[in-house]
Amino acid sequence: MDKPVKLNAMKIAFKLAFRNLIGAGLRTWLNVIVLSFSFVVIIWMKGILVGWDHQAKNDMEQWEIGKGQFWHNQYDPYDAFTITDSHAPIPNEFKPEIEKGKMVPMLFAQGTIYPHGRMQTAMIKGIPSSQTLLKIPTHKLDSTVTDAIPAIIGEVMARSSHLEKGSRVILRWRDSKGTFDAAEIEIVDIFSTTVPTIDVAQVWINLKTMQEKLLLPEQASLFSFANAEENRSTVGDFKLKTKKELTAEIDAMIKTKNKGQSVFYIILLLLAMLAIFDTQILSIFRRQKEIGTYVALGYTRQQVVTLFTVEGAMHAVLAAALAAVYGVPFFIWQAKVGFTIPMDTSEFGMAIAPTMYPIYSMGLILSTTLIVLLTTSVVSYWPARRIAKMNPTEALRGKIQ
Amino acid sequence: MENSAIIQINQLIKRFPIGKGEFTALKGINLTFGTGEFAGLIGPSGSGKTTLLNIIGSLDMPTEGEAIVLGKSISKLSAKESAKLRKESLGFIFQSYNLLQVHTVFENVEFPLLLLDYTTTERKKMVMDALEWVGLTDKVKSKPPQLSGGECQRVAIARAMVKKPSLVLADEPTANLDAANSHNILQTMQNLNRELKTTFIFATHDEKVIGYLKRKIILKDGLVDHEEWINQ
Repeated sequence: MDKPVKLNAMKIAFKLAFRNLIGAGLRTWLNVIVLSFSFVVIIWMKGILVGWDHQAKNDMEQWEIGKGQFWHNQYDPYDAFTITDSHAPIPNEFKPEIEKGKMVPMLFAQGTIYPHGRMQTAMIKGIPSSQTLLKIPTHKLDSTVTDAIPAIIGEVMARSSHLEKGSRVILRWRDSKGTFDAAEIEIVDIFSTTVPTIDVAQVWINLKTMQEKLLLPEQASLFSFANAEENRSTVGDFKLKTKKELTAEIDAMIKTKNKGQSVFYIILLLLAMLAIFDTQILSIFRRQKEIGTYVALGYTRQQVVTLFTVEGAMHAVLAAALAAVYGVPFFIWQAKVGFTIPMDTSEFGMAIAPTMYPIYSMGLILSTTLIVLLTTSVVSYWPARRIAKMNPTEALRGKIQ
Repeated sequence: MENSAIIQINQLIKRFPIGKGEFTALKGINLTFGTGEFAGLIGPSGSGKTTLLNIIGSLDMPTEGEAIVLGKSISKLSAKESAKLRKESLGFIFQSYNLLQVHTVFENVEFPLLLLDYTTTERKKMVMDALEWVGLTDKVKSKPPQLSGGECQRVAIARAMVKKPSLVLADEPTANLDAANSHNILQTMQNLNRELKTTFIFATHDEKVIGYLKRKIILKDGLVDHEEWINQ
C-alpha cells in the first residue's frame, strides 16, 4: 500500500511544469536546444581557458622557471638598460643545489647576430650544458664544433633569422670591461617550445663559455630552482621570484580573455533568454484560459505565477540534460584531441600551445549550470508576474488584451 | 427547496468599471440554494447569470451585499481562503471545457486531486471512478485535441466531480455541443446529482438544459425576475 504522500505546491508545480513543457513539444525543444548550446559553448570555452592557463603555467615551469627563480636585483626583463649590470657572483648558499642539479644558474647579455649579412639584436643566455631541470636541450651545447661556439635557438628565432641547424653566424657582444668582441657560433640544435620568452630573439650557449667571453667568471644573472617547498628568501644580490609572481602575466592575460569571453557568454545567454522570455509572454497571453482554470480549480494567482516561473526555469533543467547528452561526448573528445588554434601562436608573447586541451572542473560545470538556471528563473518570473494582476474571470474567457 | 441551505445570497450588487463610468451587472439579488439542488440561472446575455455564478464560485467579489457559500462569506475571504474553498468544495464546468490541452484525460481529471492530499493509489481510483461515471474509461491516455466536443465536456464533468464537491457550477455547459451530446451530458449530471447529492447550479439560456432543471431562476437586467420549481 502506498504511503500517504504530502504533495506540496512546489512539487505539484514541478510535476505540472514538466508535463506542460513536454506537452508543448517543438516550442519547448527549440528553446531547450538554444539554451543547451549556450551551456556547451560556455563550458567548452571556459574549459579552453582553464586548459590554456594550466598548459601555459606547466610549460613555463618545465621550460623556463622551474618552481621559482632568483633574479639579480638589477634585472628587469622589460628594461634593456638593466641587463648589462644584472650579474653577480653565484652565492655560496646556491652551490649545493646547483651541484645536485636542483638549481640552474643563467647569465644574460645583450648581443647582435649577423645572419645573411643583416644585423639582428639578440639576447645571449648562458646555461650549463649539463642541466636537466629545464627542458631546453642544453646537452646539445656539448657538441663538438670546430672554430665556433655551439649554440641552440628556438624555432621562432630560427624562422625570424633564417637560421637552420648547422648554420654559422657571427655573434657580437660587449664584455664586462666594455670591450666589444665577436665570435662565430654554430646552431647545433633548434628546439620547439610554446614559451616565447626563451625562444624569440634568444641565443643559448654554454654558461662557462659565456662567463669567459663576458669576463664574468662564476657569475650569473638568474637562477631557476626545482624545490619550491624550501623556505626561501632574498640571498645576497638575488631576490626571490615565486612561481605565482612569474606566472602573474598569464593570470592577467587569462583574466582579460575571460572578460572578453564573458561578452560572448552574455550574448549567447541573452539570445537564449530572449527566446524564453518571448515564450513566457506568449504563454501568458495564449494560455489565459488555462491560467483561469488553474485558479478555478483551487490555485491562488501567486501559485500560478510560481507554476509559470518553474515552467520557464525548467527549460534550463532540460537544456542541462540535453547538453549532457551531446556535450559530454564533445567535451571528452575535445579533451583528447584538443583545439588547434587556426593561426601561428608562436609570436603571441605568451605561452600558447598550437593545440589547447580544455580542462573541465566540477566547479566550472556547476557554476555554469547555476548561472544559467538563475538567469532563466529570473527571465521566467519577470513576465509571469503579470498573472498575479489578472482577473481570473476574464482569464477564463480569454478576454485579457 | 431541498435540504439545508448551502448558499445564501443577500442584496448582492456587482458593479464593473467601464471607462469613466460603471456598469451594474447585479442589482440586489436575494437567493438561497439548498443541498442537492439542480438549479439554473436563466437569462439572456447581460442578465448577470455568469457574474452571479463567478461570485458564488469565489472567482469574483461582490461590490455590495453578501454571498455566503458553504458557510463562508465570499467578500471576507482572502485569496488563499477562496482558493481553498474552490479546491476543496467547488467544481467548475465551462462552456469551452477549459481542459489542459497538453495533458491526458487522466491527468486532467487527476489535477484537482493533486492539490489535495491523496496518495497515488487513491488518486488513480478516484480518477477511474470519475471516468466511469462519464463513460470515458477507454480514453484515459487520450489528449483533449483527440476528443470530440461531447467527450471533452464529459472529461470536464469528471474533473469537476472527481473530488466529490458539495457544489458544481456549470456555465453554459452545452453551448458548444449538439443536441445528442447535450442530452448525454445533462443526463450524466442529473445522475450524479441524484447519486452523490451534489448541488448543481447552471448559468444557461439553452432550452435543452432548462428542460432538465428542477429549479429555474429567471434573471433580467441584474435582478431575479421570477423563479419556477419543477416537481419530477
